[in-house]
Amino acid sequence: MIADGWVMTGRHLRHVVRAPEQIIIFFTLPIMFVLVFGYVFGAGMAVGGTAYREFLLPGVFAMTQLYGLGATAIAISTDIGKGVVDRFRSMPAARSALMIGRGTADLTRALMEMTVLVVCGLLVGWQWHRGAGYALAAVGLLLLLRLALSCVGVYLGTVVPNPDTVSLIVFPFAFPLTALSNIYVAPELLPHWLGAISAWNPLSATVAACRELFGNPGVGGDSWAATHAIELAILWPLALIAIFGPLAVRSYRRLSR
Amino acid sequence: MTGWAIVAEGLLKAYRKNRALDGFDLQVAAGTVCGLLGPNGAGKTTAVRVLSTLVRFDAGRALVAGADVVREPGLVRERISLTGQYAAVDEVLSGWQNLVMFGRLSHLGKREAKRRADELLGEFGLADAAGRSAVEYSGGMRRRLDLAASLIRRPEVLFLDEPTTGLDPASRTQVWGAVRKLVAEGTTVLLTTQYLDEADQLADRISVVDAGRVIAEGTPDELKGVDRLEVVVHDAGQLTQTAALLSGTADVDTRRVRVVVTDRVAAMTEALRKLEEAGIAVDDIGIRRPTLDEAFLQLTGGKG
Repeated sequence: MIADGWVMTGRHLRHVVRAPEQIIIFFTLPIMFVLVFGYVFGAGMAVGGTAYREFLLPGVFAMTQLYGLGATAIAISTDIGKGVVDRFRSMPAARSALMIGRGTADLTRALMEMTVLVVCGLLVGWQWHRGAGYALAAVGLLLLLRLALSCVGVYLGTVVPNPDTVSLIVFPFAFPLTALSNIYVAPELLPHWLGAISAWNPLSATVAACRELFGNPGVGGDSWAATHAIELAILWPLALIAIFGPLAVRSYRRLSR
Repeated sequence: MTGWAIVAEGLLKAYRKNRALDGFDLQVAAGTVCGLLGPNGAGKTTAVRVLSTLVRFDAGRALVAGADVVREPGLVRERISLTGQYAAVDEVLSGWQNLVMFGRLSHLGKREAKRRADELLGEFGLADAAGRSAVEYSGGMRRRLDLAASLIRRPEVLFLDEPTTGLDPASRTQVWGAVRKLVAEGTTVLLTTQYLDEADQLADRISVVDAGRVIAEGTPDELKGVDRLEVVVHDAGQLTQTAALLSGTADVDTRRVRVVVTDRVAAMTEALRKLEEAGIAVDDIGIRRPTLDEAFLQLTGGKG
C-alpha cells in the first residue's frame, strides 16, 4: 500500500516538473495579493507599508493553502472523468494509494509553494522574529491546514464529476472565505457580527497562530478565538479531517455503485 | 487454466428503477474473443464494469480468470486488464512515464517496469513519441498507449470497452492486430463494440445484449445464419393478415413480411400453400440470409 502510494506521489510530483506553468498560475495569485494588497492598500493603511506587509504575509501563506484545495479537487475530478481512476481501480494496486499519493504530493507541493512565498516575503520586508523553531511550528500549522483542505478537495473532486464545475464551485466560495477572515483586516476593525465570523473562520485561526509564532503584528483582540489561536489552528484542521476524510473515503467507495 | 475464462450467471444490477443488468448470463471459453454487441444502453459497459470489479452487482455470480469477482476481487484484478471507453492515460506524463507508472502499480519491479515500457512502446509504434506528453498524442496514439498500458503484465483476461470508437481505419487495424496477437498468446478477450464488422473480424463468438441480458449467442456466422423468408404482398391492405398467417413481422413501408425459418425448402413450400389458400397475391417471395447488421437490428428491434 505504501509502495503504491509512493508511485502515486511520484506521479503528482512529475506533473509539477512537466507542467510547471500550472504551478506558476497558482503562485501568481498569492504573489499578486502580496504586491497589490501589500503596496496599494498598505499605502493607505494607518500602520504603514512594511508593517502591513508583515501583517499580510501569514495571511497569504494560509490563503495559498486554501487555493490548493481547488487544485486537488480539479485533479481528482479530472482523473475520475477521464477514466484514469477506473484503470487504477481495476489494477492490483491498493485502492487507497490514490488518496495517500494525493495527500503526500499536496504536502510536498505546499512546501515548495511556501518556500517561494517565504522568499517573496523576505524581499518585501517580512521576517520571522522569534527564531527558527517557532517559524517551523507555524509552517507545521500551515501544512496541517493544507492536509485538512486536501481532504475537502478530494471529497469535492469525487462528488463533482466535472473539473470545470469544480472550479465554478471552489473559487466563488474561496474568495469570500478569505475576505471574511483576518487575512487582510483585523476582525476588531469590522462591524461586530462580521468580526465574529472573521474571528471564528478556520483560516483566521491558522493566520492568527502564524502571526503569533512568526512574531508578526496583528496579534490581539480579546475574543476567545483570538486568545486561543494556536489551539484553534490545530482543532479546526483536525475537525475538517475528521469530517471530510471519512466523507472522501465514502464517496470514493461509492464509485463502485 | 482450462474451460471458461468468464462465467456470469444471472447478474442483476439496478440503478434506482433502471435495471442495467437483468439476468445477464455469459460464458467465455479461455483463449477466445467474445464480442458483446447491443444498442446503446443495453448494459454492455455495465457488464464489463461488473466483471472487472469496478462496480458491485446486486445478485448473481461471476467468475473471472478462475476467481470469484465478489469474494476475491484482488485476485481478479491481478489477472485482468481493462481498457475502458476513454483513453485512460495521464495526459501530463509522457507515454513512457505512463507505462512505467502503470507497471509499478501492477507491482512490477522498477527495472522490469522500465524494460516493459520500452518494449511496449516499440510494439505499438510509439517509440518516437515516448518522451512526449500524452496530451500531444493523436487520438489513435492515445488509444494505443492505453492498450499498451493494459498489457504491461500479460493479462489472462482483457476487457476492451469499445476499443476503436473514433479511430481512423489505420489505427483500428493496428489495434485489431494487437488484439489478435494477444489472443494467439493465450489471452481471453471480452470486447464490446458498436461496429459489427469489428465483432465479425475479431470475435469467435458474439453475444447480443439487449435490456440487460444476452438475447442471442453464437458465432458470427450462426447469428447471420438465421435464414429469413421474405414476402412482398401486392396489396398493402393484406399485410397484417399475411404476417399473422405466416407468424412473421410486417414492415409497412416496403409491404414486406419477414419470417425466421430453419428449414428453407419446407418453409417456402408451406408459405406458398398458405398464401394460395388465403388468396393473397404476392409481388416477390424468397429466402435471404441476412448480414450481421440485419441480424443485429432484427434481434434488438432496430434500436441500435
